[in-house]
Amino acid sequence: MKRLLSIELQKIWKNRASKVLTISYFVILSFIALIASIKFDIGNFKIHFAEMGIFNFPFIWHFNTYIASTLKFFLAIIIVSMMANEYSYGTLKQNLIDGMSKKEFILSKFLTVVFFAVVSTIFVFIMSLLLGYNFSSYNEIGIVFSDLEYLVAYFVKLVGFFSFCLFLGVLIKRSAFAIGFLFIWFIGETIARLTLTFDIFPKSKIASQITQFFPLESMSNLIVEPFSRLSVIKNIQETIGENNSKDFGVHPIAILIVLVWTAIFIYSSYLLIKKRDL
Amino acid sequence: MKTAILSIKNLHKRYGKVHAVNNVSLDIHKGNVYGILGPNGSGKSTTLGIVLNVVNKTSGEYSWFGGTQETHQALKKVGAIIERPNFYPYMTAKENLELVCKIKGISYSKIDEKLEIVGLTDRKDSKFKTYSLGMKQRLAIASALLNDPEILILDEPTNGLDPQGIIQVRDIIRFIASQGTTILLASHLLDEVEKVCSHVLVLRFGEILYNGKVDEMTSKSNYFELQSDNNNLIIDLLKNNFTVDTISEVDGKIEVYFNQELEASTLNRFLVEKGIYLNHLVKRKLSLENQFLALTNQNNS
Repeated sequence: MKRLLSIELQKIWKNRASKVLTISYFVILSFIALIASIKFDIGNFKIHFAEMGIFNFPFIWHFNTYIASTLKFFLAIIIVSMMANEYSYGTLKQNLIDGMSKKEFILSKFLTVVFFAVVSTIFVFIMSLLLGYNFSSYNEIGIVFSDLEYLVAYFVKLVGFFSFCLFLGVLIKRSAFAIGFLFIWFIGETIARLTLTFDIFPKSKIASQITQFFPLESMSNLIVEPFSRLSVIKNIQETIGENNSKDFGVHPIAILIVLVWTAIFIYSSYLLIKKRDL
Repeated sequence: MKTAILSIKNLHKRYGKVHAVNNVSLDIHKGNVYGILGPNGSGKSTTLGIVLNVVNKTSGEYSWFGGTQETHQALKKVGAIIERPNFYPYMTAKENLELVCKIKGISYSKIDEKLEIVGLTDRKDSKFKTYSLGMKQRLAIASALLNDPEILILDEPTNGLDPQGIIQVRDIIRFIASQGTTILLASHLLDEVEKVCSHVLVLRFGEILYNGKVDEMTSKSNYFELQSDNNNLIIDLLKNNFTVDTISEVDGKIEVYFNQELEASTLNRFLVEKGIYLNHLVKRKLSLENQFLALTNQNNS
């Protein structure tokens, strides 16, 4: 396992573009901390994010994992291109000839995906912990380490999304087209979701029960947006009179669906490579 | 009998309607240098692709080293280059070879030695993308040699190289062969195979036409070129007095293949006794090229 991971990391790390993207990803990730310093005044109305409670434990786990997961595209590009490059350089063929099995090949890619997800999760965990201790109003251990399921959800979300990217790379063989296809898939899923929600099953839960099984939708369901959970927003909503009964939790069923998709993507990638004449 | 390094039995590969490999069987034994000959598209690369785990067979069997290991484990003891050198362009030669070592699960200790053999020591820290085609091909050979393989498989190793590059690659191959490494060389260049190989396999349209030693390829290994003032008379005389295999007139010269061993002097005396004096008489040994063409034409008709 260590061998497979070290093979793959060498391929990525020696590539300047991948290296720059990886470094930028972590640098930008750490800029989430900068949100803390955002302050602006509109007349008497002062907005200072850090004081609005976004860095309060345990809300910070929700907030930071949500923001961090929007940056996953950086690594997605690396993962798509690391796969597509193997085709265009002819190195997939060469790796197999040199004595890698097809199973090992996919496994080494998947391990890399998991590795990226693990590192990102640890990074977000440490960063949130530091930010929280600086700005949170509550510092009791019990509160600090509650709601950690958001980190689990974040991890699963990354693994699922990267596996999807890996699969597209294997299937389409060209990074630009694979990323384009990902975008088209996203639009397609959105259209399907909107049609189901507003045209076919208006005002019922059936639509969301169906769409929760879509790959991208299931991933985004893992961590729902945290903004309307903020007390400021809540107050505004209550003043307007909107009944807010949104569920912000992480659901085991959502995790399960994404894990099933991950398994499907990885296994299909393996089948594709196995069946293809390279 | 010792087990074969590679044994192929009744291998078939179809791409849709195209029957790219048709019932190919062969055994590769230790210490020999094998050539696979055949025009482009005759199934050489496909056959090699199948045993190298990159192309899926339609039916048939193959086994490495007596079939005791899985293919990918066996391939760690094989060195192979197919068609063009495949490396990561953004890595240096050394880094690329280190990656191959990781895949094969061997130490880095042989890298410098193998780079020396192919003459790339000076350029080992240059990125692969800066290499010329000849250097890329030599790096591929170094990579294939990293594990001191039991068998070296080369598919068109001189394809696309300039004359100097071809000579360099051939010298390396000859050097490796002299060390006793088993080599399987696929090529459409006949003289290449003739110079290096002891055994040859001729493929056409995916079928084996010949499988055996190079010098036993055809029974009619020698032929005569004759010319006189009356060629037609000679043709008639030869047909009536000898067991002639084929006889034809090319550019005013008669080319004749006998089914019997015949010395030039015997033939000359015979014709003189019949009152014919020759302007031209040569006994030629059939080159591999002619043998190959004879073989492929023979099966055409």
